[in-house]
Amino acid sequence: MSITNATTVDEALAALRANPLARLIQGGTDLMVEVNLNRTKIEDVVSLRRVAELRRWHVDEESNTLRLGAGVPYAEMERAPLCDYVPALAEAARTVGSPQIRAAGSLGGNLGTCSPAGDGLPVVSALDAVVHLRSHDGSRDVSVHDFMIGVKRNARHTDELIVAVTVPLVTGFQGYAKVGTRNAMVISAASACLVHDAAAGAVRLALGAVAPTVVRTRAAEAWLASETSLIGTPSVSEALAKEFGARAAAECSPIDDHRSTAAYRRHAISVLAQRLLLRAAAGAAVHHGGNR
Amino acid sequence: MSNEFYRLRVNGVDHEIRDAWTGESLLYVLRERLGLPGTKGACEQGECGSCTVIMDGEAVCSCLVMAATAVDADIVTVEGLANDGEPTDVQQSFVNAGGVQCGFCTPGLIVAVHHLLDRNPTPTDLEVKEAISGNICRCTGYGRIFEAVRQVRDARAADAS
Repeated sequence: MSITNATTVDEALAALRANPLARLIQGGTDLMVEVNLNRTKIEDVVSLRRVAELRRWHVDEESNTLRLGAGVPYAEMERAPLCDYVPALAEAARTVGSPQIRAAGSLGGNLGTCSPAGDGLPVVSALDAVVHLRSHDGSRDVSVHDFMIGVKRNARHTDELIVAVTVPLVTGFQGYAKVGTRNAMVISAASACLVHDAAAGAVRLALGAVAPTVVRTRAAEAWLASETSLIGTPSVSEALAKEFGARAAAECSPIDDHRSTAAYRRHAISVLAQRLLLRAAAGAAVHHGGNR
Repeated sequence: MSNEFYRLRVNGVDHEIRDAWTGESLLYVLRERLGLPGTKGACEQGECGSCTVIMDGEAVCSCLVMAATAVDADIVTVEGLANDGEPTDVQQSFVNAGGVQCGFCTPGLIVAVHHLLDRNPTPTDLEVKEAISGNICRCTGYGRIFEAVRQVRDARAADAS
């Protein structure tokens, strides 16, 4: 057994190359649960906690994108200035676990675990994010849609590290909504992120916890675009929003499990999609947390 | 593990941890190796908050920290809050307000409330609720805990003015 407390990406990659079976740990909020409950046996570990470059982010004005280091904690996404760049991500971050979990958990961890209930994942899907991977031999960029493969399965090779995620900065409403058994400290029974790109005239909707991986509702999106102009603030009637919700719900494939039932999840998605679209039409102001 | 020992800095004191298993949580090491049982363990999956400690200025669940990765961190446990055995204002206020019943959640709550008030000396009631939303208490119904936090907040504000 060994542990490598890497301080740079290169150091982490060298350790991974030497031992591709080593487990990566960032905030520990997924892996340590598995370890504590004896659900996984760990031998070698590469810790990313001290890798400062994974905690950085920057805005590229030319491409109008935000590049977010894979280790930036959710607590930072909740606060200014990040919450102003990607409001839906701030909303999703605020629903992750508790303040203690948000101080540790990260988007890199969410993508690495790739649970369909990961709160950050519908947001990166709705934003068509790009995942940046590095290995000792080079780097590659993968669309988040190709990265998330199934339940706890992703396209990361064993010698690769998720180093960052790039999302576009868009004008227009964006929001995240989630249903669970209580308000705080809950894993989603169903979640949804809606992004209205007012300049491109597009609405994008991604759903969490209702399929083996996050679902993009491309048919519902295309239908909506054919029904109403989405340039600027869209005009959406209650009936249109309801139909959009029903079409979105038809695109997911939820299951019955210990957290909810398929029927409830499908219903919840129809309501969440409808609600988010009406918020987009109302140009609703996005409210952020109190800890700024 | 290949490293024969690692160091943890807890409450300002350096400790050498020897012959440990790689996967041990910080919670386990604090309680079982360092003799600091103030930090409580209950769910061991980050849901109850009873194991809350401050690590590098952030309140975290020590059950989710792999201890061997915390080698450079500054860790403060509930034992490190009080001076000379005297309860802190937060601890005394929990007693005064009746915010302690079975007591199991209390150390985690005390740490979380200290962390909140250090960053935000005048939290609103909503901010208090959010700050301790990860600390579960099954006895009090939270009313007396909120009252305890209000009392500290107001007493500190009065002292400062």
